[in-house]
Amino acid sequence: MTDGERDPGLQPERTRLAWRRTTLSCTVVALLAGKAALHGGATPAGIVAVSLSVLAWLAFLRVAHRRVLGMGTARPQPLAPRSALTAAACTIALAVFATAMIF
Amino acid sequence: MNEFVQSVKLWFAPQRIREEGDTPDYRFSLANERTFLAWIRTALALIGGGFAVDQFLPELAWGIRAGLALALLAAGVLCSLRAVNHWVRCERAMRRGEDLPVSRFPTLLSVAVAVVAVAMVVVVLFGWEGR
Repeated sequence: MTDGERDPGLQPERTRLAWRRTTLSCTVVALLAGKAALHGGATPAGIVAVSLSVLAWLAFLRVAHRRVLGMGTARPQPLAPRSALTAAACTIALAVFATAMIF
Repeated sequence: MNEFVQSVKLWFAPQRIREEGDTPDYRFSLANERTFLAWIRTALALIGGGFAVDQFLPELAWGIRAGLALALLAAGVLCSLRAVNHWVRCERAMRRGEDLPVSRFPTLLSVAVAVVAVAMVVVVLFGWEGR
């Protein structure tokens, strides 16, 4: 909130916090994924699964961080569809790893 | 169906959304974004539930455990795909000045979660433990 009139509804602030909450949820799921992958000891497959989960988590973190930075102006741009797609793709990737670990 | 194919094309062609209509008030875009994030969190919670069922209920029979976990994970995947789709459709409707799209997805998701919950109750009551 540097220039322009203040938004009385604090919309950018709320959106930033929504990204934070979502990142935290993603972290919890990534931790569960890591725990599941290393359940049977540090096998090569488990290590690959952990690396992929960490990758998905990092990609999500990057999107969220960029968006949070973009919220720093008085009139933020709308979310880029690519960011939305990346966030959804990371979520789906974690679900796919979970499915792979069941079998 | 045609509508759906068009939306999917829009997912991958971001600039085409901006070509249509007028940019809405940024507050509306941000509200749409928060709704999207809320759906992503719902998806993450479902996926986390899938992980939890698989890991923390080892005494359940394998079939029941895998079935419940897969149901939760599939719901999570559907939920996140639908989050992107709904976000794109709302964004486009706002630019065109149309009514926001309606959806039966929340109902379907609630029903699915209720079914999983009832399944859990049955499993707990009858103690279908494997071994």
